Amino acid sequence: MDLVKFVEEQAIAKKDFPAFKSGDTVSVHYKIREGNKERVQIYQGVVIQRNSAGANETFTVRKMSNGVGVERIFPVNSPNIEKVEVNSYGKVRRAKLFYLRALTGKAARIKSLRK
Amino acid sequence: MNNHLERSPTASMGVKLKDKMSGIIGKKVGMTSIFDADGKNIPCTVIEAGPCVVTQVKTEEKDGYSSIQLGYDEKKEKNTTQPLKGHFAKANTTPKRKLVEFDSFTTALNLGDVVTVDSFAEGDFVDVVGTSKGKGFQGVVKRHGFAGVGMQTHGQHNRLRAPGSLGASSFPSRVFKGMRMAGRTGGDRVKVQNLQVLKVYAEQNLLVVSGSIPGAKGSYVILDK
Repeated sequence: MDLVKFVEEQAIAKKDFPAFKSGDTVSVHYKIREGNKERVQIYQGVVIQRNSAGANETFTVRKMSNGVGVERIFPVNSPNIEKVEVNSYGKVRRAKLFYLRALTGKAARIKSLRK
Repeated sequence: MNNHLERSPTASMGVKLKDKMSGIIGKKVGMTSIFDADGKNIPCTVIEAGPCVVTQVKTEEKDGYSSIQLGYDEKKEKNTTQPLKGHFAKANTTPKRKLVEFDSFTTALNLGDVVTVDSFAEGDFVDVVGTSKGKGFQGVVKRHGFAGVGMQTHGQHNRLRAPGSLGASSFPSRVFKGMRMAGRTGGDRVKVQNLQVLKVYAEQNLLVVSGSIPGAKGSYVILDK
């Protein structure tokens, strides 16, 4: 298993994202390639989980788009993520916020933590 | 007849037959994923391969065909039989656990030469041979991909995964040879072709190939370029 870890460490380019966890509101700057053109799309929402570790680590960002809940999973080590900005730190009591899926509007708010 | 042999289907289509150049023996380490230049996440397998020692060189004159035998993985001298001890002594090497013959080497190798992962480069396409995981006695759904019955009601009772009919009745009055039925599954020699080498770590004797390869972690695999 150590050799798999070695390969993972060699293959991923270390990126200095600010530390964020579930409950935080982030904007992900994601590079999108259309033909030869490349542009950056900003996706803002609440982090509802961070999943697995090492090279395969991902985080899920949930937002409401025109009244419809949208969740997007980003691999942390994806070269397409230009940067991650933390807009606000949330005060939550669990690591996975799947209960947000059942809530809308005012009930789906997360108290922000002052840092 | 001879003419027929010359015109192989691939040659007539203008497709060059794959040039095989080298091979190596290794062990499956495990799987992970790597991002490529386009940002695509590619599943890949890590293989610990070599260094392998040439333990025998077979020639046309002496053996009737030419090939090269490689040895991989150390084993204790006390676990080696007397005839094999002599075989390894000829190549001036320590006893090896796994011996495999390759007919694909284009480079001339001599007895005692060492083959490492250096003979592979990033971007190469390799064939990987392994022994698939044994599954034991399995039914036709898992073993041959039968669809099963597909219904739980309408009188199925306990026949959800049954094979159904084995053939016609009074003619032929027997079951044809090769009829796919339940039985021992897995544990076979399986070859996966055209896996791309994504990374080569010569110091650690590691190869990273795209996709999955047959077998359990720690099982021997044979790579052919």
